[in-house]
Amino acid sequence: MSARRIYLDHSATTPLEPKVLEAMMPFLTDKFGNPNSIHSFGQEALTGVDEARQILADFLNCQTSEIVFTSGATEANNLAIRGLIKALKKRRGDDYKMHIITSSIEHPAILEPCRELERQGIEVTYLPVDRKGIIKMGALEKSIKDNTVLVSIMYVNNEVGSVQPIRKIGKLIKKINEKRDREWRNTRVSERGQRPEPIYFHTDAVQAVNFFNCDVAWNYIDMLSLSGHKIYGPKGIGALYVREGVPIYPIELGGHQERNRRSGTLNVPGIVGLGAAIKLLGKRRDKGNITTKQEKYNKKISCLRDRLVKGILANIPQAKLNTDLNDSTPAHANFIFPGVEGESVLLLLDLEGIAVSTGSACASSNLEASHVLLAMGIKKEIAHSSIRFTLGRHTTSVQIDKVIRVLPPIIKKLRNISTEWNE
Amino acid sequence: MKYTQKVIDHFRNPRNQGKINNADAVSEKGNPACGDVMRIYLKIGENDDKKIIEDIKFETFGCAAAIAVTSILTEMVKGRTLEEALQLNKDEIVKELGGLPAQKIHCSMLGVDTLHEAIKQYQNKN
Repeated sequence: MSARRIYLDHSATTPLEPKVLEAMMPFLTDKFGNPNSIHSFGQEALTGVDEARQILADFLNCQTSEIVFTSGATEANNLAIRGLIKALKKRRGDDYKMHIITSSIEHPAILEPCRELERQGIEVTYLPVDRKGIIKMGALEKSIKDNTVLVSIMYVNNEVGSVQPIRKIGKLIKKINEKRDREWRNTRVSERGQRPEPIYFHTDAVQAVNFFNCDVAWNYIDMLSLSGHKIYGPKGIGALYVREGVPIYPIELGGHQERNRRSGTLNVPGIVGLGAAIKLLGKRRDKGNITTKQEKYNKKISCLRDRLVKGILANIPQAKLNTDLNDSTPAHANFIFPGVEGESVLLLLDLEGIAVSTGSACASSNLEASHVLLAMGIKKEIAHSSIRFTLGRHTTSVQIDKVIRVLPPIIKKLRNISTEWNE
Repeated sequence: MKYTQKVIDHFRNPRNQGKINNADAVSEKGNPACGDVMRIYLKIGENDDKKIIEDIKFETFGCAAAIAVTSILTEMVKGRTLEEALQLNKDEIVKELGGLPAQKIHCSMLGVDTLHEAIKQYQNKN
């Protein structure tokens, strides 16, 4: 990365760590074998895949057989949702009436598969969020029905950085599942019918892996999606953790790889890179603690984030912070600058060498304002004025100070042009 | 498609930006909820018995394309007769800007609509 440019869009993607590239290089060159081949070329590639799988299993606290490598988190999310529903239909028949619960602030890779399933007759509840961008446990509990089979709630929201109470959700679902099963067991055999399906709990943890505990046992998670390029690893690789016993029917048919859950020749360099990136996050600790490495990064990043937030709020009149600093990742700061449109701010910052993102429709291809900000109760009129900063491991205080210096005159200039601003 | 150099130039250095205090017509179109609002101020003069746009200013809340469209539009019609200005269409603006990304073409339509609305407002009053 050029030293002059400042990258504050780490939720979009992160730079590849040199150590990750180093780990990948042999698998991009000499060790090109197909890990499904029995000869030595295949076996050395398989060794790389096995090692990476072990690293993921250690980090997530699961079995290696419970890891399915995918092309990224979009595929992992699709496989979790569509794969589960498909498997349950195979098991219970096409007429089986199912209900899914998700949140209104999920990534499109969750929302769109859910909408597709709705068109096929499956009922979906989209939970609202509060002003911080967090679901309410009470609302979740109330929305659970006898035929609920899946709850999919993201660990961390990508736009504002809000953290969902994943462990509480997992615990609640476990409790309800145990009750369901107990009631069924206590019913007379002649009256009780088929054993009820449990509710499976999936979380899209793409934005959480850098910062938070992803121990699937501690958090009572049945399925978890993650992505390589959000954690300083390569693009085009992700993984889905699927707890033993959770039914998943593959979306792609053909090669029977990944224990029949995901067909296609394994992306060996990507898998090795994903493993290396996870390894750089440090060793998992017990009882939901984050790793010492995560602790170190979080401390550094949140310090810089607080400096940025203070500097912006002090120098830009009426700037509004959408990220709750106590209930978010240390890296997110999402603002609204009333009177200016997000894409304009983004471009003027880019011309100064500073990369950020916006929830404005004008920067997207669908011309809709951010569904996340709208779900948080932010009015449409100002939702187009949002700018998201996401800091990373390599962000420096010099960079943050430059943003604090450069941004206020940009906002002032655009407000001066704007119809929606009167000094 | 990326923005052309010309779009970026007009976005960074908008021409004829601001208000006209004793304007002969002011029109505003768009909606902050959709992300674009344009306002055009006109000062009408005469030249050889023909009404001309003597001065034009704009204010815009919107993306780079919206700002560039209003900026270049003011340059294109300043000093022109009202009839000529009413002939201006979105394609000419897009051409003058060296092209716009497909999803931004609506910005050029909004610009033309705002201008035409201001001219008609003046014509109806006089």
